[in-house]
Amino acid sequence: MTDPTRRPLITGIGITAPNGLGTQAYWSATLDGKSGLGRITRFDADRYPVRIAGEVTEFDDTEHVPSRLAVQTDHWTHLGLTAADMALRDAGIDPAAHPEYQMAVVTASSSGGTEFGQREIEKLWTRGPSYVGVYQSIAWFYAATTGQISIRHGMRGPCGVICTEQAGGLDAAAHARRLLTTGTTMVVTGGTDASLCPYGLVAQLSTGLLSTRDDPERAYLPFDTDACGYVPGEGGAMLILEHPATARARDAHPYGAIAGYAATFDPRPHPGHPPTTNLHRTITLALDDARTTPDQIDVVFADAHGHPAHDRAEAQAITTVFGPHAVPVTAPKTMTGRLYAGGAALDLATALLAIRDGVIPPTTGVRAADPACEIDLVRATPRDGPVRNALIIARGHGGFNAAMVVTTP
Amino acid sequence: MTTFTLDDMRQIMTGCAGVPDSVDLTGDIGDLTFTDLGYDSLAVLEMAARIQQRLDIPIPDDAVGEMKTPQAAVDYVNRRLTG
Amino acid sequence: MNTTTTRPATRHRPGTPRPRPTRRGRRVVITGIGVTAPGGIGTPAFWDLLTAGRTATRTITLFDPTGFRSRIAAECDYDPTTHGLTPQQIRRMDRAAQLGVTAAREALTDSGITHDAIPPERRATTIGSAVGCTMGLEQEYLVLSDRGRHWLVDPDYRVPQLYGYMAPSTIATEIAWTADAQGPAALISTGCTAGLDAIGHGYQLIRDGSADAAIAGATDAPISPITVACFDAIKATSPANDDPQHASRPFDLDRNGFVLGEGAAILILEERTTALRRDAHIYAEIAGFATRSNAYHMTGLKPDGREMAEAIRTTLHQARLDPADIHYINAHGSGTRQNDRHETAAFKDALGHHAYTTPVSSIKSMIGHSLGAIGSIEAAACALAITHNVIPPTANLTTPDPECDLDYVPRTARTATVDTVLTVGSGFGGFQTAMLLTRHHHRGGHHD
Repeated sequence: MTDPTRRPLITGIGITAPNGLGTQAYWSATLDGKSGLGRITRFDADRYPVRIAGEVTEFDDTEHVPSRLAVQTDHWTHLGLTAADMALRDAGIDPAAHPEYQMAVVTASSSGGTEFGQREIEKLWTRGPSYVGVYQSIAWFYAATTGQISIRHGMRGPCGVICTEQAGGLDAAAHARRLLTTGTTMVVTGGTDASLCPYGLVAQLSTGLLSTRDDPERAYLPFDTDACGYVPGEGGAMLILEHPATARARDAHPYGAIAGYAATFDPRPHPGHPPTTNLHRTITLALDDARTTPDQIDVVFADAHGHPAHDRAEAQAITTVFGPHAVPVTAPKTMTGRLYAGGAALDLATALLAIRDGVIPPTTGVRAADPACEIDLVRATPRDGPVRNALIIARGHGGFNAAMVVTTP
Repeated sequence: MTTFTLDDMRQIMTGCAGVPDSVDLTGDIGDLTFTDLGYDSLAVLEMAARIQQRLDIPIPDDAVGEMKTPQAAVDYVNRRLTG
Repeated sequence: MNTTTTRPATRHRPGTPRPRPTRRGRRVVITGIGVTAPGGIGTPAFWDLLTAGRTATRTITLFDPTGFRSRIAAECDYDPTTHGLTPQQIRRMDRAAQLGVTAAREALTDSGITHDAIPPERRATTIGSAVGCTMGLEQEYLVLSDRGRHWLVDPDYRVPQLYGYMAPSTIATEIAWTADAQGPAALISTGCTAGLDAIGHGYQLIRDGSADAAIAGATDAPISPITVACFDAIKATSPANDDPQHASRPFDLDRNGFVLGEGAAILILEERTTALRRDAHIYAEIAGFATRSNAYHMTGLKPDGREMAEAIRTTLHQARLDPADIHYINAHGSGTRQNDRHETAAFKDALGHHAYTTPVSSIKSMIGHSLGAIGSIEAAACALAITHNVIPPTANLTTPDPECDLDYVPRTARTATVDTVLTVGSGFGGFQTAMLLTRHHHRGGHHD
């Protein structure tokens, strides 16, 4: 990506987030510091040690997904289809008027159609094999959202599905960028996740990394002395990534461009040794790929895990590259929870909105910043000022690191 | 249940495969093909599976392939119920 | 904004890899193969089965299949303890991850790559899987729900690895750890094309300079009740329960669905000059890779095969090869009527009259359809076909479907010059993938 005029442009955004359905609702809630975390309503979570989550409570699938399609897809795909529709509308793209093989779909996926799957697996074990419905074969698997978006919009180009847990949104966008160098001109990319069903929640509990606090305002406090794990959420974002030539030819209004990206994997942890991470190397490689120096970065959207050790490792990686307190760092995901496959995609969208409006959204809830994290955390209220280059950091459970630099168009 | 009606079939169709966008299912749909109604082969398989369970009649694979319309499905089921 | 491209003076920091080379000229070769497949664990046993035309399909033993429509599968006779997995690894990993790690170990040993030749940060991990750790998810569900009795599953009985079962990326984690790979890593989950797509992903990462080697391949272990039941529901799998050995019959008039399989294959992909420098054995070169989608139906295929044909044409274009150059086509050949006709049409569309003179075969006739894994197992078979100049047959093909009128290499392996191989995959979601493998020549080449 040596030539900035050849950088892929993001021309459309669609958001299904716990604190706002649609870009406008999400962005104004985020700047207002309005959280979407609350008591789980999709099922009775009283007996579970985690009762707080970020649900997209405003979302009614019957309003957004045609009935025939809704029955054959999981909630996760409903959110993905809806975000993709929003993003295409926002970009002003009519897929029917676009060359079919030049349109691609690359989504991140992390847990698949867990709720749908739980229902079918229950039927299997309580009633018998013939009670498993035909749609289990296409609703549960990780490729369901990509496939359905491709079918719905007639997109016959290369399709992809990338699973790297919370890092997936960046890895998917990076793969989308790669496709734009080989003949594809437009990609629907991003991700959603929705595993807030009983089995999905219990699976998430098994890592021991979730917050068990009942107060939504104190449950997810990354980089705080009181950090106690993270709150899970559902939803995410879809973005339209376009080749700059075709975007300019149709007078698109881009939010920004992808300038650089890198991904690495952490070494295997060894018992008795402190974990090591390649996160700072990831950031450096992404800046190199963007031909950008640390001083040119105006904001860092942190992964902000919420577990003290993870937060400190991330803060250290940031300070290794930028120096202590040298760059504004934010984590508006305190208002949505961690969205897994949707998380980094939503951060990417949020960074582009920050560039558009010249404002850094806040990290809500943090009162007492952990002194071990030597970062300039944007807390409580938004911070105004031009945002030309933003760095997004994402880390997936099991060792996945990704970093992406987005810039003004 | 002594007979299986088109209304029963409507209930099966919408219950397991959803409501198509472009067709009014309350209208005269008996002889329209499932394809024309907006139901694909998976949807028809699902309908057949639910009918088998609700009425406790086996529907072999070949018979599913011959159910091209809601009325054909109703007729088949009634033959099995009375036969 | 600052969009100037002056390079910062501090760009090359200590401890960071060298600036990446330009894309042009980076070629990708296969230097290691590991296969964990039905009918025998390890590449030699796998190749022996294929060239003998034996089938590994049988009545399911991994669970009691009574009451299911299809009760047959191609299972791996696999015991993780005899393949060197530690008790902790066995406890932690779902069967899919175990099969994958075993294949990765074999591939790494086979390639002989060293830290000196390719340091950890230049090793990518790209692993395909269609259904991830479904087997572990289902088993744990039975415990937590008390055999389906409780929708509100009981958290008290959860195992620590349960989240790893739900997020399939943990399979890539295990394999990256096995290979000490610290470059880009991902699990690719495009359903039944995931195996080819994962190898294609690794190929692209090496091509674009993100890595110098890739541990690339796929694994799936779908022979569990929920997966068998979901294919029962759509009648995609064969109900030939009385004759499991002859149940997988691609291109045969008497076929009646695919036979589920399981397994893993991992390839070590390497940037060509790195492999040449260390004098590695090179099985084959990846000369082209493309995917297209039919945007038609999640499970249905149009009979014309046009999107698969488009993917094939794209790979030929990338490799600067003509249809006449292809010596062998490794078909998706799942053994469903719609697939066999779909891809026969695709071959004719993409290759014209050459389709009639190019041998085509489906190894799914012998080892079943292991969903996301099979694409990488088939790619391994293609690399071996080039190495040995032998084309594996389509077993059980005794009565050809008149609508499938190509040379499907029935029942018996064929010795032939195999310099260029096309392998294709087709899967749920409408995804169609094509890959070209060529014999590697130490000097020059037909593409850059």
